[in-house]
Amino acid sequence: MNAIRSCPIHRLLQNRHITNRCLHILKKKRGIYLNDVLHGRVFSTSFALANKQKIADFDLSEFPPERIRNFSIIAHVDHGKSTLADRLLETTGVISVSSKNQQVLDRLQVEKERGITVKAQTASLFYTHQGTRYLLNLIDTPGHVDFNYEVSRSLSACQGVILLVDANQGVQAQTVANFFLAFDRDLPVIPVLNKIDLKGAQPDVVMQQLNKLFDIQPEEVLQVSAKLGTGINEVLQAIVERIPAPVADVQNPLKCLMFDSWYTQYRGAVASIAVLDGVVRKGDKIMTHHKKKVHEVQEIGIMYPTEYPTDVLYAGQVGYIIANMKNIKDAMVGETIYHQNQPTQPMPGFKPAKPMVFAGIFPADSSQHTALKTAIEKLTLNDSSVDIHVDSSAVLGQGWRLGFLGLLHMDVFITRLDQEFNASVIVTAPNVPYKVTIIGAKNIKQYGGETVTILNPCKLPPVGIITEYKEPMVKGTVIAPAEYIGDIVNIIMERRGTYPEQTYLDESRMMFTSVLPLNEILVDFFDELKSLSSGYASFDYEDADFQTSDLVKVDYMLNGKEVDELTMLLHKSRARDIAKKVCEKLQTNIPRQSFLITIQAAVGKTILAREDIKPFRKDVTAKCYGGDVSRKTKLLKQQAEGKKKMRLIGRIEVPRDAFINILKK
Amino acid sequence: MVNTELERMSTALHKMRARVLLDNLFSLRPSRWKSSQVMKEALRDTLDDEATLYVHWPYCARRCTYCNFNKYISKSVEHTRMADCLAKETSTLLQLSGVSRVKSIFFGGGTPSLALPSTVGKVIDTVADHVTFTEGSEVTLEANPTHLAIGKLKDFQHVGVNRLSVGVQALNTEDLKLLGRDHSVTEALRCVEAAKCVFPEHVSVDLMFGRPGQSVEAWRKELHQVIDMDVNHVSLYQLTVERGTQLFKWVDSGHVTVPDNDTMADMYIAAVELLEAHGLERYEVSNFAKQGSESKHNQAYWQGSQYIGVGPGAHGRFIPVTKQQANNGQHGREARIQTLEPDNWMFEVEKFGHATRKIISQSTKVRLEELLCLGLRTREGVTNVNWSKVIDISYLQSFGSSERCQQFVEEGLLRFEQSGVRATSKGLLILDTILPHLLYELGQLCDNEGVT
Repeated sequence: MNAIRSCPIHRLLQNRHITNRCLHILKKKRGIYLNDVLHGRVFSTSFALANKQKIADFDLSEFPPERIRNFSIIAHVDHGKSTLADRLLETTGVISVSSKNQQVLDRLQVEKERGITVKAQTASLFYTHQGTRYLLNLIDTPGHVDFNYEVSRSLSACQGVILLVDANQGVQAQTVANFFLAFDRDLPVIPVLNKIDLKGAQPDVVMQQLNKLFDIQPEEVLQVSAKLGTGINEVLQAIVERIPAPVADVQNPLKCLMFDSWYTQYRGAVASIAVLDGVVRKGDKIMTHHKKKVHEVQEIGIMYPTEYPTDVLYAGQVGYIIANMKNIKDAMVGETIYHQNQPTQPMPGFKPAKPMVFAGIFPADSSQHTALKTAIEKLTLNDSSVDIHVDSSAVLGQGWRLGFLGLLHMDVFITRLDQEFNASVIVTAPNVPYKVTIIGAKNIKQYGGETVTILNPCKLPPVGIITEYKEPMVKGTVIAPAEYIGDIVNIIMERRGTYPEQTYLDESRMMFTSVLPLNEILVDFFDELKSLSSGYASFDYEDADFQTSDLVKVDYMLNGKEVDELTMLLHKSRARDIAKKVCEKLQTNIPRQSFLITIQAAVGKTILAREDIKPFRKDVTAKCYGGDVSRKTKLLKQQAEGKKKMRLIGRIEVPRDAFINILKK
Repeated sequence: MVNTELERMSTALHKMRARVLLDNLFSLRPSRWKSSQVMKEALRDTLDDEATLYVHWPYCARRCTYCNFNKYISKSVEHTRMADCLAKETSTLLQLSGVSRVKSIFFGGGTPSLALPSTVGKVIDTVADHVTFTEGSEVTLEANPTHLAIGKLKDFQHVGVNRLSVGVQALNTEDLKLLGRDHSVTEALRCVEAAKCVFPEHVSVDLMFGRPGQSVEAWRKELHQVIDMDVNHVSLYQLTVERGTQLFKWVDSGHVTVPDNDTMADMYIAAVELLEAHGLERYEVSNFAKQGSESKHNQAYWQGSQYIGVGPGAHGRFIPVTKQQANNGQHGREARIQTLEPDNWMFEVEKFGHATRKIISQSTKVRLEELLCLGLRTREGVTNVNWSKVIDISYLQSFGSSERCQQFVEEGLLRFEQSGVRATSKGLLILDTILPHLLYELGQLCDNEGVT
């Protein structure tokens, strides 16, 4: 073993993040076979799969639908979902019991750092209940509503969910959102209280909340400590007992739902599939319904917890498939797969995710443009929900306007650009898409329709042809201790929300729901909410469609010259305040020059706000002798270099930083 | 020893050649100057043949609260040793520069009026030993207007000083205290009077504006007092709060406040108006003189002429004789800085004959940049003559026709004329805003033309 320990392959395998790709490469390049690896010949015990018994231990054909359970865990951020998943994997022997197992299913750095799940992952486990072995498929879900498109997809492959609630924090905003996602699908819910070992745990209070909100009876609720591993077996039992088996038939022609896909550099797209009917084997010719493309199944298996080939999947089972899909677009999420020449009724598929938050992304240094382009392309391979438009700005250069599902989604995307691609970017303040209705046959033809969606306010059609503006709304849920009621109602009203509906969850906690413009919660709403509630408030939102709104286009001008990149669409009631703030910001960010600079914000011809930058009348050092010459010349030369980074608006020199300070979030 | 001998020989040869070219120069008619290659070379060589000399006296009696200059407060100045070292370094650098004429010596500091007149005399004598003084040459000494200095004026005159620059700074007792000056208003007035007797028409007054708490009105009154002194030259400094000074700490802690930029502008503009109305014309941003009383010394800096820096921390710009031979004087100009700290400086001078700590070769581009930055500060601007000492005049023409320069011309900030380029009075006021643009443009031109 010692000899093995020092070998590079061994070191490679020591890394717990090993993927099948590594094994695959090993197989190809070194002639080492997977089974050798798994049999422990070149494998260390620290890697969970290295156990010969387990390999021979199951045969998927022994798991007809009635012995299969497909489930998800849904929870608010930090309520311990990933820890519970770790314990389920450990208890059933998928991974070895080790303190090193931390959020095995969260594979991205950003997921581990923030304790959030971004990409759904699945894992299969075997569990014996009353003498019968069951195949349980845990389909992970992201915890945040920004990713609820992912949640919906995951849930579509499940027959039930575990609703995990922190016994200390109680029901939080995302708990509510996620519960209703499952409830709307008629999925049975297993309520589980986590962290009951902690001193502050109040299981009774939380059960009261669950009852009040979701009509869950206290006796249904399980109590666990995922950290200590208590109550895990009860959870496994409940999965088998309370969640129905998938309705599937091995005898029927093949029908699979592709509910997730991700891209790997060497093998192309890998797709997560739920087999709804029939059997799919390695070597089968399969067809995707929408793309009408035929692929040969090269590898098929279960996630155990990473890709583990089984060469076959039967009706009711969940696993992965690799079928020479070179392009991620060939593995469109929501696709129905069947055998070539044996079409079946396709699944309804998924509505593509609607990006609701748009922001300009520009390389911090324009020489990095190509590198950033590559990075964005690679990231979007695995995240098709990001909307990409090429954008350019006189100030920031060539870049993109990207659409995200929400703020967290945007944050995660930017963080991943940084962490995984080392790309340093300038992100402009996010804005929402607007819809405007225009008149005039010619205009309608020019803009391609009566309703025009505006992603970038400076691309708004002429105001004269617009008859109606619409902005996206959200239904926001705030849960907070009742003592903050006044402040919470105030902030919601300030943000143009409807008067919030208020519900007591228990004696001390309240839930507020209100319909707000998405634009109002984009930038600092959550931060303010947190600070006014000493960190106790949680917030979540869901789309509530577009609503007619009193919007105005605000232009900013420097000495009468319009500054395109600052154009904003604002609600009439807020336009003056915001315009004033932006003018003030411009005033402090643009250096004084040798002439007067007038900064104006205007709606049409009406000036909303104005700030002046007084000219300096003297700018010359009144002293310059022998010893000063070098120093002075050097200083002036540095300024000369700086001229390259100035943007000229008319005659006004605006440093690039001035715009960045105003545009960035 | 052999080396020194060689250097002397080459200097002598060089002088001979320069003399021949100089003769050629005067035989040419002005109209042919521009086209004449001979003329250009002649100019370059005459220039190389002449320099001004700056001599730094590093000691002060006390520390002024605003001063970040290279100065040392010492109770036991080794006067004899300093005198020997200043003379020795003067001798070494003069020989190294190969010049045969000096048109100005400036004793600055520190407080050079604290030096013994014999020390000043020794330096002047050393110069006279090596080179000739250009006719009408200027020997200036900076003086703090104390009783002590007043008593020494005649002695300084006796050893060869012919111009006095009096550091009046303020005519307000409170301000003098705040600035940490060691003289009173009465002393200042008396010193100027005495100096006018000893150095008629050759007295300059240094004045500082933008002092803590100073108002434009008070400043005007003070200017009138200065005008009443009837001196031929005035230098105005805007007080700058430099890091590391006592004043910086006071300002930083809010203990004192200096006038804001707008007030500073008002003060400067008021000074220009008042002084010019009384015959003291601005011939450089900070310098005002009656006609014919402009300081030769400072003009040398601004015109891109050679200067030799002697003494601790002194700066110089000249073409050493070795480089003059190597490539006909082109690209041979060096920026030199002497060792800062007096004890180390003396040690090095005694050991090596000079204490040049740093030498930076100046490229044509760098010389042009300096010429532009300094020349535009003057009334004459950058003249064709001074420009062509560095590079062909055609470059100034292409520079002037650039879009940026033309824009400044249109805005009435710059003027390109037959004799060269200069800033208008409007342009002069905001020169630091214009210069980066001009340097940028100059950089583009140099890049395009392959001038390094």
